[in-house]
Amino acid sequence: MKQVLEGSQAVAEAVRLARVQVVSAYPITPQTHIVEMLSDYCATGKMNAKFLRVESEHSCMAALIGAQSSGVRTFTATSGQGLALMHELLHWASGARLPIVMAEVNRALAPGWNIWVDQTDSLAQRDTGWIQFYCEDSQEVIDTTLQAYKLGESVALPVMVVLDAFFLSHTYEPVDVPSQEEADRFLPPYEARFELDTKNPCSFGPLVPPAVYMEMRHDMAAAMDTALTNFARIEDEYERIFGRRYGAVEAIACDDAEIVFVTSGTITSTARLVLQNLRGRGEKLGILKIKLFRPFPVEEIRKALKGAKKIAVIDRNFSFGASGIFAQEVRAALCNAPVHAPVFGYIAGIGGRDVTPEVLEEIYWKTKNNAVPERESVWIGLQEVRHGN
Amino acid sequence: MEIELTEREFMYPGHVGCPGCGAAIAMRFVLKALGEKMMMVMPACCWSVIAGPYPTSTLKIPVIHSAFETGGATASGVRAALDMKGDTETTVVTWAGDGGTFDIGFQALSGAVERNEDFIYVCYDNEAYMNTGIQRSSSTPYGAWTTTTPGKDWKKMRKKNIVEALAAHRIPYAATASISHPEDLVRKVQKAHAIKGSRFLHIFASCPTGWKIPSEMAVKIARMAVQTNIFPLYEVEDGLRYTINLKPKRFPVREYFKIQGRFQHLKDEDLEVIQKMVDEDWELLLRKAGEHA
Repeated sequence: MKQVLEGSQAVAEAVRLARVQVVSAYPITPQTHIVEMLSDYCATGKMNAKFLRVESEHSCMAALIGAQSSGVRTFTATSGQGLALMHELLHWASGARLPIVMAEVNRALAPGWNIWVDQTDSLAQRDTGWIQFYCEDSQEVIDTTLQAYKLGESVALPVMVVLDAFFLSHTYEPVDVPSQEEADRFLPPYEARFELDTKNPCSFGPLVPPAVYMEMRHDMAAAMDTALTNFARIEDEYERIFGRRYGAVEAIACDDAEIVFVTSGTITSTARLVLQNLRGRGEKLGILKIKLFRPFPVEEIRKALKGAKKIAVIDRNFSFGASGIFAQEVRAALCNAPVHAPVFGYIAGIGGRDVTPEVLEEIYWKTKNNAVPERESVWIGLQEVRHGN
Repeated sequence: MEIELTEREFMYPGHVGCPGCGAAIAMRFVLKALGEKMMMVMPACCWSVIAGPYPTSTLKIPVIHSAFETGGATASGVRAALDMKGDTETTVVTWAGDGGTFDIGFQALSGAVERNEDFIYVCYDNEAYMNTGIQRSSSTPYGAWTTTTPGKDWKKMRKKNIVEALAAHRIPYAATASISHPEDLVRKVQKAHAIKGSRFLHIFASCPTGWKIPSEMAVKIARMAVQTNIFPLYEVEDGLRYTINLKPKRFPVREYFKIQGRFQHLKDEDLEVIQKMVDEDWELLLRKAGEHA
């Protein structure tokens, strides 16, 4: 049924449809609407779940680790500082092989306080062993959240569904909300591979010597690789029921494109408009949207970028001392490809600054007019700042 | 005092603790008192090692090891999941050291108790970070040497009073216990088991390695702590009703300090200061219990 929903509400609807049994959360803007709605669902009985109102994000993730280890489906949402505080337990959740699902509403990190969109918070968690999806619109949010449970449970790894603050979390759009019956058909009840059980007492997460630890980590690495192939299969199943699929990446008009934008999140939607405009003026622009960031779909990215003459990666994030993080990853993915185009790195929209069609056109012309990148990262739209008097 | 205690053991013979480990004695009695319908959350502490490395385990119950500061939170999640599965019989127990309780885990414990989560939190207190090699915690007593309070920098601060902090949360049940008084300890575990909501047990568990005493002194030193009033045995219900379980002989603290290597640097005047602190604390406890010296 079509409903007009915020990205946040789309998350909450998916969590309800997934029949999550334990939700835990701590308040932080801009993820609050998600957990407010879930609180309401738990209070009114629309969801049969226990809501743990913990005293920090750190305790939130710890509570979910305890709950999921006891054999139930769990959920939380967070942003920025909250995700940073959780960092230790993100490693714990993946190491314990718990398919927890978390919505992460990208928020810039302090200081100074900034509640607006910036992907550095979630991308800084790239080595924690979580699967990461970046969503473009509310329909994708609801679909991806449902898929996240199925994918995470298929490989026993946790999944982060990432949304842009405000541009997605607080923007209303028409969304096709699956019926409970359809959702159940896609996502069967959770069956834990292992759980705390008094009839079968086991020790979870004990001291592990060097003779075993490395193999455990290798198992996680293999599970991440499996997640890539499982995602394609899960999308097939999803498409059969709901008629929608997204791909780990989406290549838009890349076949004959001379310049390809690499985008993620809501910037992709703006780029689609710019693509139409520029194509109308005879410019051969393509877009490669990256939806799945971990595991990183290297082969699909190489394939999509094979014919490009220049690649322009647009990063709403930054790794200090290096470059935009998607740019790093794309460069790393391409470096062992037989041939590849130069990768131009652009930093835009940091801390919630709007990335307008004009910004993207500026990036297009900069890329077109330079044979090779001026620098590793070009910051777009910087104002001149005068310090002191 | 007579208590009923099962002949069954919930620990296999053998563990990886030091000789004379008070924490191992505490575990054995708590498990016997609770039986097999329990699950244990174990934040980082000596017992993370004592239980044995993968694939061994000395414990016959389900255990989930957890991050250092998450004893209260992880247990909340386990409880929530059991409730959702309709399992109201299984008791959830957090088993943490003093560092994981008084210091790094204090926030998660406070949060869980404020929510009145239905679980038993046991802190076995060996008065320092023993697992990492005897570093001071906020449970380390005034006067103690540790590897981070060496030489003239011996600890000049009082031990945090954790039971009073928990009582201030109006926790349904909080009690102290000692490995030297197993009947009292077992009775308190069983009493806690019968109560709903958050319950807290503070067990004095000597550490021969860290306290620098012979291992055969492990139980005796704990008895001395009780009999000198350094560690009184009492319980608090709903943060209001205090009961002192044992009227100690009130031996001077001097002997307790003289036989432990960790206090060897203390002078007579230091011991007088400590005696005064212990007396003050006892008077305060008596007042709370509605008794008079």
